[in-house]
Amino acid sequence: MPTVVFNKKLSSNFYLMKVNKTLNAKMGQFAMIRAWDKYPLLSRPISVYDEDSVGVTFLYKVVGEGTSIFSKLKSGDPINVEGAYGSSFPLLNGRILLVGGGVGIAPLYLAAKTLKSNSKNCIVDVLLGFTDEPLLLDEFSKVSDDFKYQVGGFITDLVNDESYDYIYTCGPSIMMETLYKKIRNKEKLYASFESRMACGIGVCLACSCMTINGNKKLCSDGPIFLAKEVFNV
Amino acid sequence: MSNLETIFSNITFKNPVVLASGTCAFGHEFNKIFDIQKLGGMSSKGLTIAKRDGNSGIRIWETPSGIMNSIGLENPSVEGFIKHELNFINSLDIVNIVNLSGHSIDDFCIGTELLDDKKYDILELNISCPNIKSGGMSFGTKTSIAREVVRTIRKKCSHKLVIKLSPNAEDIVELSKALEGEGADGLSLVNTFQALAINIHTRKPIFDNIYAGLSGPAIKPIALRMVHQVCKVVSIPVMGIGGIQTWQDAIEYILAGATTIQIGSASFIKPDVSLDIIEGIKNYMLEHNISSLEEIRGVI
Repeated sequence: MPTVVFNKKLSSNFYLMKVNKTLNAKMGQFAMIRAWDKYPLLSRPISVYDEDSVGVTFLYKVVGEGTSIFSKLKSGDPINVEGAYGSSFPLLNGRILLVGGGVGIAPLYLAAKTLKSNSKNCIVDVLLGFTDEPLLLDEFSKVSDDFKYQVGGFITDLVNDESYDYIYTCGPSIMMETLYKKIRNKEKLYASFESRMACGIGVCLACSCMTINGNKKLCSDGPIFLAKEVFNV
Repeated sequence: MSNLETIFSNITFKNPVVLASGTCAFGHEFNKIFDIQKLGGMSSKGLTIAKRDGNSGIRIWETPSGIMNSIGLENPSVEGFIKHELNFINSLDIVNIVNLSGHSIDDFCIGTELLDDKKYDILELNISCPNIKSGGMSFGTKTSIAREVVRTIRKKCSHKLVIKLSPNAEDIVELSKALEGEGADGLSLVNTFQALAINIHTRKPIFDNIYAGLSGPAIKPIALRMVHQVCKVVSIPVMGIGGIQTWQDAIEYILAGATTIQIGSASFIKPDVSLDIIEGIKNYMLEHNISSLEEIRGVI
């Protein structure tokens, strides 16, 4: 079984945890994680923050029983990681803005890194919003051309959508919807959505999401959708 | 030599392990993870006459050792299933169980008729889904109504007919005897237990539908007791369902009298848990010198 490489506390309830298992995760995908035997019953879906040849790294926020158990893990502790699951942000080129809020910043690090390594001509700007303590500022500034963050307020106020070919976002639903309403060209926004999940692979239908193309499974058709597919229902 | 082959109402299952309806979709996803042909059978997602988008709001909620769900029978309809899924399932070497739900006896009739000239092995009638406001629950709760459904469908169904029972039935033993009398070829029990969770901060139910179905290890001892009681009084075979997570659980159900067993929410935790359960049953038989599960079935 894979083990924890490190599990660093970044702020009062945010942690960065690396596991020595590679998933070949694409930007925006997630893994089903469990660090216990029988209880809680379900594994937890957590976005991939980064991956290298040693393994995969997750940024998570302690919100309940499962993530609370994760927060107590030490280097060398066994952990089960299955995935990577779900759809990914499209590998596009041009001027791309990444807008993240709260723990939704997690998949944007891998996204920025992937987009930059895919094409030298790709411009990747990052805007992050935090409610209290800002996180991972050095890390994000290293993988972006222009990096701004804000503590409190609405990060969407800083978005100038006309300057970008595409925008990728992940964060609270209200933030993503505000962004969707603000931008003029609705075709350029890709968003990562969140839901309670049981299986993570598309069999239980717990995470069904209404879209303009009918019900979609957030875990296997998503979590990344063209934002208008979901917000234009 | 241990033989896992199991005969259920003249249908041969290569082993007694079956995926439960609503926990395996139509098999595609699991088949990408492991070869589902290693299983005895699969009961695919419950079907209704019209396509359903399912329930609004939260659909899944964890409890200590249980899972509550209120999916609301999201499904592509009987016709959608026939058009897009049936051929795939029939291409597999696995017992094909089609699960049918309905809001009225007419619904059950139409569904049965649409499926009747199609190739599959068993029609599993869901008279027990507690998630649909307008149907399901009442059929499976009242013996008199369940009896009427089965009497009607038996006349129209030329496939093997298994009735999936609700644990919320007024008297599951009487109901089972009645359905055997109406010509059911087998019974599968139990479906989820009707349950409630409340958000104390908003002072509202967690689920939009208020009640939801509880499954998982929390229900196993009660489901096992019901399977035992029913197996004592009917001669038709029973598929045991309810909180089976391990091969030990499966053996318990067989000792209680179940012919086959269905794996439900355990597959959410480990998609190929069914293979572990088959392996465990095999090893148990070898260790205890059991050549056929018939030797231990219903000995309690």
